Amino acid sequence: MANVALDPHAAIATTASGVGAALTTADGKPLARALARSQRRARRRAFFLVLPLLAFILITFVIPIGQMLQRSFYNDGFSRNMPEVSAWFASTERGTDPDEAAWAALAADLTAAAEARTIGMVGTRINYDLSGARSLFTSTGRSLRGGLEPPYREALLEINEGWDNPMLWSVMREASRPYTANFYLAAVDRTRDEDGRIQQVDERQQVYVMLFMRTFWLSLLITGLTFLLGFPIAHLLATLPMRKSNLLMILVLLPFWTSLLVRTTSWMVLLQQQGVVNDVLVWLGVIGNDQRLQMIYNQTGTIIAMTHILLPFMVLPLYSVMRTINPSYVRAARSLGATSWTAFRRIYFPQTLPGLGAGALLVFILAVGYYITPALVGGSSGQLISNMIAMHMTSTLNWSMAAALAALLLASVLVLYWLYDRLVGIDNLKLG
Amino acid sequence: MLDDRHGDAFVAFEHVQKSYDGQTLVVKDLNLSIGKGEFLTMLGPSGSGKTTCLMMLAGFETATHGEIRLAGRPINQVPPHKRGIGMVFQNYALFPHMTVGENLSFPLEVRGMGKSEREARIKRALDMVQMGAFINRRPAQLSGGQQQRIALARALVFDPELVLMDEPLGALDKQLREHMQFEIKHLHERLGITVVYVTHDQGEALTMSDRIAVFNDGRIQQLAPPAALYERPENSFVASFIGENNALPGVIEEFEGDKALVRLDGGGVIDATPVNIREKGQRTTVSIRPERVEFKPEMMPPGAHTIEAKVLEVIYMGDILRARLAVAGSDNFVMKMRNTIGQTRLDPGQTIRIGWHPQDARALDPV
Repeated sequence: MANVALDPHAAIATTASGVGAALTTADGKPLARALARSQRRARRRAFFLVLPLLAFILITFVIPIGQMLQRSFYNDGFSRNMPEVSAWFASTERGTDPDEAAWAALAADLTAAAEARTIGMVGTRINYDLSGARSLFTSTGRSLRGGLEPPYREALLEINEGWDNPMLWSVMREASRPYTANFYLAAVDRTRDEDGRIQQVDERQQVYVMLFMRTFWLSLLITGLTFLLGFPIAHLLATLPMRKSNLLMILVLLPFWTSLLVRTTSWMVLLQQQGVVNDVLVWLGVIGNDQRLQMIYNQTGTIIAMTHILLPFMVLPLYSVMRTINPSYVRAARSLGATSWTAFRRIYFPQTLPGLGAGALLVFILAVGYYITPALVGGSSGQLISNMIAMHMTSTLNWSMAAALAALLLASVLVLYWLYDRLVGIDNLKLG
Repeated sequence: MLDDRHGDAFVAFEHVQKSYDGQTLVVKDLNLSIGKGEFLTMLGPSGSGKTTCLMMLAGFETATHGEIRLAGRPINQVPPHKRGIGMVFQNYALFPHMTVGENLSFPLEVRGMGKSEREARIKRALDMVQMGAFINRRPAQLSGGQQQRIALARALVFDPELVLMDEPLGALDKQLREHMQFEIKHLHERLGITVVYVTHDQGEALTMSDRIAVFNDGRIQQLAPPAALYERPENSFVASFIGENNALPGVIEEFEGDKALVRLDGGGVIDATPVNIREKGQRTTVSIRPERVEFKPEMMPPGAHTIEAKVLEVIYMGDILRARLAVAGSDNFVMKMRNTIGQTRLDPGQTIRIGWHPQDARALDPV
C-alpha cells in the first residue's frame, strides 16, 4: 500500500483504474459485471465446499447454544401450565392483593396442573426464586384430587397455610410472564423483594459474584504462570538446532497427546498429602511428617494442574512467532551498542507480542471455561464458575440459571476479546 | 603484507582458528592486518570461512584459538555491544516494529545521548544516504534499496571507526547493486572509516576494495589489491575464482631466466612465468586470462612460443567477441577480442596459432 508513492508504475496503475469505471469488455459489457460473472462459478464452488461444515456448525453449535441461551431469559414453566392465574396477573397491577377471582383462577389452574401432572414443573419454576415452594405445590397437588369448592382462598389455606405468603404471590407474578431477567439477577447475587425491587441476596447466599471474581483472577494468574514458564521454553525451541528442538517439541507436545484425565489424576498422585512431592519433602527434612502440605483439593491444586495442562497453548503460538524472528535482529541491536538485556527488551520481546497475545488470549479463554480439572482437584476453594454451571445443569436442573451464568461468562469473554482487539489489534494475533 | 598507506594495523587477526564442532576447523590459522581507513573485502565461496571471520570480529562468534585486536586492544573477551563496531547485515535487520527514525535513534539511545543531539545526528545520517524524507516510515514500507540505505545510515549514525558489511547488496537487483557499490565506496572515502566487507561476488570485490582477501577452505589464499589479484594470481584457486581464466595442465620443462617452458599434457610447449613452482619436471597448471591471448604474431613478443588452436565458435557479445578454441586437447579455451573496426574476424573451423606475453601466463600449482 505505502509503496505506491515510491513506485513509479503505481501512478500509471492508479490512473488506469480511475478510468476503469467506464471500461467495457470487447463486446461492450461493463467490465465490472463481466468480472463478477467470470468469478461467480468459482465462488459458488467454494461455497459448496464449505457447505457441509457450515451446516454441521449450525446444527451442532449455533442452534443448541442459541436455544440454551434463550432459556436464560425465557422460562414458561409457570405461565404455560397456569394460564388463568397468569391472565389475572396480567390484568392487575403489581402490589394488588389477590382477590377471590385470583384465588379461583389459582385453584382452577392448580387442579388442572395436578391432573395433567405438570404441577411439579410449576413448583420447580417457583422454587428457583423462592425455596420451599416446590413442596408447597406438590403437596397441594396431592390433596386436590376431585377439585375445590368456593370460597377458594379458605379452601386453599386449609390445605396449606403457605398460600397466604405475599412473597409467594410476588414471585408467581414474576413467573407469570415467560420473559424474565431474574436468572441474570440471581447470577450476580441479586433478587427481587415482595414489591419487585432489586436487592442483594443474603450475605450467606452470595456465591456467584465471588465465583466469577475467582474464575477471572485464577485465569489471569494461570495465564501469567504459563507465560513465565512457557516463554523460555518457546525461545529454546525456536533457537536450538533442529534435531534438539524436535526432541524438545515432542516433550512439550507429549502431555498434549495424553488424556486430560490421566494428567489430572497423576497430579493427584504427586500432590496429595501422602503423595510423592510431600514424601520427598519429608525425606529431605524440609517439612516434618506432621506438617505435610495441602497442595491438592484446593486452589493450589487447581492452579498447578491447570497451568500444566494449558502450558502448550502458550508455548505453541509463542514458538511459531519466535521461529520467524531472524537472529540478526538481536545481533544488530548488540552491534549497535545494546546490552543483551536491552536487546531482548526493546528488540526481541516486542516482536514476540503477536504470539504472546495469541497465547495469553487462548489460555485465558480456555481457563475461564475450564471444568474437569477444577472439578477433580479443586476441592471447594478451587471450584470455578463452570463447575457451578455444571451443577445447575446436572443436579439442581435449573437450566435457566446455568444458561444465565454461561451467557455472562460468554459475554465477558467477548468483552475481553473486544478489548484485546482495541488495545493490540486482532490482526496481530498469530496462532501458528 | 600490510599496505604502506595504512600505517599500523587497526584490526589484526593473529593465528586465529575457529571450530564449531571440535572436529573440523572452519578457519585455519588466519593472520590478517587491516589498516585504518582501509576498505578490505573478504571474498570467497560459501563455506570458505569469510563470514565466520566477520562474526568473530563483530563478537558474535568466539575465536577457538588466537587473538583479534582492534586499535591495538585485544577484543576476544569484549562483548559485541562494547566493541563500537557498526554492522550492516545481509537482510538489513531493520527493526520491523520501529520507524526509520526510531531505528536510527536506537544506537544513540543506548549510548545515553540527549534528544536534541540524537535528532541532529539522525538527520545528518539520513541526509547522507538521501533518505531524509523517510524518517517516519516503517521498514516494511520501503523498497529493498531504501532499506539498504537505512541499514547503512544506522550502522554509521553513531560514528563507528570500523564498519562491517555482510553481503549487504546480495538481495538487490543488478542495476541497484552496482549503484549502491559506488555509493558505499564514496561514503567510505568521504568519512574515512575502515570497512570490512564480505561478499562472494568477485565483481563487487574488485570494484570497491582497497585490498581483497580471497578465502577458501578456511585460509586466505591471497591478499592483494584488486589489480594485483586479477593480474597476478598466486595460486590456481585465486586464478579460477577471480574473473574468467584458461587453465592448461602441463609439466615444467626448462627455466629460462625468469621464464619457464611448460610442456602441455595435450602437446606443445608454451612460455609462462613460474609463480609457486620451483623445480624442473614439476606438474603445473598454466593460467591465462582470455583477453591476454593473442593470435596475431605482431602482438606477441619476439621469439614467443605459439601453439595451434582450432576455432570452435565465435560469440558476438557487443563490446567483445568471444571465441571458444580447441587448444592442447581442451575444448574450453576462451579468447576475447575487442570489437574494433580493424579486428580480424575468425570463422569456426579455422586453425590459428595463439601466443601471449610470458608474464600473462602464470605457471601455478596443479589443480
